[in-house]
Amino acid sequence: MALYDTRRRRNHLAMTLAIAATVFGLAWLVLILGELLWQGFSGLSLAVFTQMTPPPGSAGGLLNPIVGSLVMTVIAVAIGTPLGMLAGTYMAEYGRYDKLTMVVRFINDILLSAPSIVIGLFIYEVMVAQMGHFSGWAGAVSLAVIVVPVVVRTTEDMLILVPDTLREAAASIGLPRSLMIRKVAYRAARAGMVTGVLLAVARISGETAPLLFTALNNQFWSLDLNAPVASLPVVIFQFALSPYHDWQKLAWTGALIITLAVLALSIIARTLSATRKSS
Amino acid sequence: MVDLALKGEAVPVSKPADRADVLKRLRLNDLVFRVLTRSAAVAVLIILGGIIISLVHGAWPALAKFGLGFLVSDSWNPVTNKFGAVAPIYGTLVTSAVAMVIAVPIGLFIAVFLTEICPMWLRRPIGIAIELLAGIPSIIYGIWGLFVFAPFLQQYVQPFLIDVFGNVPILSDLFAGPPYGIGILTAGLILAIMVLPFITSISRDVFAAVPPVLKEAAYGLGCTTWEVSRYVVLPFTRVGVIGGVMLALGRALGETMAVTFVIGNAHRISASILAPGTTISATIANEFTEAVGDLYTSSLIALGLILFVITFIVLAAARLMLMRLNARVGR
Repeated sequence: MALYDTRRRRNHLAMTLAIAATVFGLAWLVLILGELLWQGFSGLSLAVFTQMTPPPGSAGGLLNPIVGSLVMTVIAVAIGTPLGMLAGTYMAEYGRYDKLTMVVRFINDILLSAPSIVIGLFIYEVMVAQMGHFSGWAGAVSLAVIVVPVVVRTTEDMLILVPDTLREAAASIGLPRSLMIRKVAYRAARAGMVTGVLLAVARISGETAPLLFTALNNQFWSLDLNAPVASLPVVIFQFALSPYHDWQKLAWTGALIITLAVLALSIIARTLSATRKSS
Repeated sequence: MVDLALKGEAVPVSKPADRADVLKRLRLNDLVFRVLTRSAAVAVLIILGGIIISLVHGAWPALAKFGLGFLVSDSWNPVTNKFGAVAPIYGTLVTSAVAMVIAVPIGLFIAVFLTEICPMWLRRPIGIAIELLAGIPSIIYGIWGLFVFAPFLQQYVQPFLIDVFGNVPILSDLFAGPPYGIGILTAGLILAIMVLPFITSISRDVFAAVPPVLKEAAYGLGCTTWEVSRYVVLPFTRVGVIGGVMLALGRALGETMAVTFVIGNAHRISASILAPGTTISATIANEFTEAVGDLYTSSLIALGLILFVITFIVLAAARLMLMRLNARVGR
């Protein structure tokens, strides 16, 4: 009986630990989001979205970094999405069992979690050092490099899920392969592929490291992509580490805006993929 | 069609030549699309090749100057132009180790909770909530760590650790010194929170893939839930769990912003994990734009190259393990 008791006690202990671990994990989410809402909301006002970043000690907003982030994100997605989708298409449709596909899948998975600061260094070497100055283009391209693996992965996964019977039906009425892919496979996998793009946007909208020495930062209103461009994450980084209270306040507000945007994107992506699964 | 035929008008029948034209066009279309997608796939490889080549190219001046000494020297002095990578490498490894020591057991326990004891209706919401932790941008962890977590550690946790372990032989060195708040331990803790969702979601997925028959057999023998998890589920999913842990390790090694905020950016190696230090990524983030002189910049890029090589090996190992697992499940 003693052995039985020990086993039961050990089981109870382990299960309590499991519950405690879960509470521990969830607690961080609550703590971080709570603090963010608490600190960020008080600074949230119309001025944040209509005024430029201020010099220390005066009031201002985050208009130029917000616009800079949006512009660079749009360009990054415009470059990264077609490339990623085409690569994913090859891997799922043309060369599903190729050597090439195996290698690309492996490399892509590594790029997916490669340190983003290394990608910043890469673009610095390739673009900034060659052009001789920091630029919005370099920032956008470094973000695009992060977009590509995310889109490749989801495109491939989603196209593989498309039933082969659909492809066979299309082929049987004489559709050539490229038309079959574009008219049948893409449509069947559309929700999943859109999810992938949303996830990629969520991923890059908080990225700071690759922008630090590609797009740099800009105190002023500038849409010239050949010059340094301000971005929300970099401004948060700079303002949070500054000794000025106003700047720190703005950093919290910016952090709240980014987090809300990212969480909204991932929730939309999740519901999109959930409806696809259940249908 | 019938109407047309009744009216006596000719039904347009495509001539063999037209048909051949159309087929030719379609075939060309097909070829173009195929080549296009294939080059896009190759472009992914080119990106990786480009990263490696440009890093080696950028790091070359420093590597040529310092040689292998770069890897064993711990001086980092922009004034005398002497650079060595030991301090950042040490910081990177130690912060990641701290993160893994904390995150692995907790992540596994959460996975056990989600697959074994959590009521069905709660599984999805809790799973999503844990995964949201992975969705929070790293800069948010950084700003939170700097303003909230570090002061908390400084006031409550670190004095406690110093008091408790102050007289224990080895641990007293590990937890020595004044409570700075920021430092190796703080960075490690933040990293632990950040990689927790990766460990949890992969282990949960592989735990859920254990054939029910195995678990039922163990339960039928009278095993407790803990015994089933520990002696049936975990051994069965070992490869997948290790793969997930390696993936998380790869993330922890390369994480930049969160660490940069709380590490303290001090180029020194101290025995105490309460002391400030630096990591490879934090050094690059802090110093790159301010680096004056080719050798300084080149040394920083060399650090980036080292980081890339380390994470590449870790991530490649993780992927190989997960691929092996998939092959087994597929069979």
